[in-house]
Amino acid sequence: MKKNQIIKKSILFAVCILLAFVFVFPIIILLLNSFKSLKEIYMSVLSLPDALNFDNYKQAFSELDYFRSIRNSLTVTITVTAANVLCCSMAAWVLVRYKTRTSTIIFTAFSVAILVPFQCVMLPLLSLMGKLHLISMPGLMLVNLGFGSSMSIILFHGFIKNVPAELEEAAAIDGAGQIRVFFTIVMPLIRGISATVAILCVMSLWNDYLLPSLTINKKGLQTLPLKTFLFFGAYTKKWNLGSAALVMAIVPVVIFYVCCQKYIVKGVTEGAVKG
Amino acid sequence: MRKSKGVFWLFLAPCLLTFLLAVVIPMLTGIYYSFTDWDGVHSNCDFVGLRNYIKVFQDSYFRNSFVFTILFVIVSVCTVNILAFGLALLVTQKIAGSNLFRSIYFMPNLVGGVLVGFAWQFIVRDVFDSIGQMLHMDFLRGWLSTQMTGFWAMVIVVTWQMSGYMMLVYIAQIQNIPDNLLEAAAIDGASGFQQFLKVKLPLMMPAFTIGLFLTMTNCFKLYDQNLTLTNGGPSKSTEMLTMNIYNTAFVTNQYGQAQAKGIIFLIVVALITVSQLLTTKKREVEM
Repeated sequence: MKKNQIIKKSILFAVCILLAFVFVFPIIILLLNSFKSLKEIYMSVLSLPDALNFDNYKQAFSELDYFRSIRNSLTVTITVTAANVLCCSMAAWVLVRYKTRTSTIIFTAFSVAILVPFQCVMLPLLSLMGKLHLISMPGLMLVNLGFGSSMSIILFHGFIKNVPAELEEAAAIDGAGQIRVFFTIVMPLIRGISATVAILCVMSLWNDYLLPSLTINKKGLQTLPLKTFLFFGAYTKKWNLGSAALVMAIVPVVIFYVCCQKYIVKGVTEGAVKG
Repeated sequence: MRKSKGVFWLFLAPCLLTFLLAVVIPMLTGIYYSFTDWDGVHSNCDFVGLRNYIKVFQDSYFRNSFVFTILFVIVSVCTVNILAFGLALLVTQKIAGSNLFRSIYFMPNLVGGVLVGFAWQFIVRDVFDSIGQMLHMDFLRGWLSTQMTGFWAMVIVVTWQMSGYMMLVYIAQIQNIPDNLLEAAAIDGASGFQQFLKVKLPLMMPAFTIGLFLTMTNCFKLYDQNLTLTNGGPSKSTEMLTMNIYNTAFVTNQYGQAQAKGIIFLIVVALITVSQLLTTKKREVEM
């Protein structure tokens, strides 16, 4: 019995290792090729690079305008995430605490909207943004707040529903106004779900491509995903630079993952299960 | 607590206004535009009735991409969820380093669709090709040059990217199953396989509801990976609906028709996902 257990565990462990290899294989291939010259890549994509040659990284770094692209990505991601967490928690709180027909209708509208694919509203949205002179970074942020609010409000709503209102009422009796009640009593209670919402926002905003490509695809404003297109023309693909650029674009994500892995895993699971 | 209407609207305002701007107004005007000859350039457009919708159904590229999308969604939903469920069972077996494996399997999900598509374009086209050459496996050669290989490349990519995510959903559910239920089944003489089939699987239904729903909507809405992996090629044969709508608008400037396609797309996605939610919800059992 014991021996069987050990054999079973080792087989499972081997399967895990094998699968892990399959999952990181593309990253390894990119890393390998990012140190090769284009000629070396043509010779073989599987061989080890002749030397640790950082030329590709240097060139990709300047062509990506790496720091500026990262700054643009960060600007959008951080601003919208902060706004989303603040505004959606406020909105969800009043939607839960005011039990009126209006609040039910508004909440239903937010919930139903998660089914709407972007392509369905893309064209009228662009034309509307154009009319309002919102084809810009701030415009993109406003629209992203609107798109993100559906999911976030659902998550906050689900959580706040189960927070008893007594504490808030007690504070109100002591003379605190509603706004103060929210910021001093409610905000600390919903820290956990706020982290979940923030993580989900960061992930979708950092990787967003289509809407930014339609609104801020101008020199100096481009985010990291927009910039990577530079290396992959329709006819010429500079895979030596391209793989270096892809590695550089993936690095911030990996750093983020390693730093807040616990929160990410918790956030994603909660986001999926409760949403 | 004294509840003022002012605070209600004040707290709701930022979300509600941006939501109106991003979703509600475009949705409503979009329905109107789908009945007009809008070209995106001129602001005045005439009402043309159902002409756009009729044209859409006559458009063979649209029909092809419709079929392609549906097939892609069906196959990917199966591969993603089967692999994800397998992974979840595997890493909950109390083996050494299971937390590390979990992290590794989930990692692709964090990488953006654009990057994933480009990276895999290199893998399936060049790396597969040289592996095929080395091992004399012809089926690995010339990927992305036919519709078939483009299709399977997309399925592989999506499976690679999404299964880690769904794995987390399934893990959460597996950990929710109380041990005493499995023990009770074991005492009653159920074999390991019977325990799995009769106890674990039915109790997993809520997670399947979520897993299927999420993969389905994500696969329908997929655009970035499609763009950077195959760009619809060869000759539009791997164009998903999202890309078909985009190209109808921005390549051929038929905004009205593109909008009609958008509306049809919404109806299809909503019908399929909602009916999926309802059917699997019915099979959930009380714990």
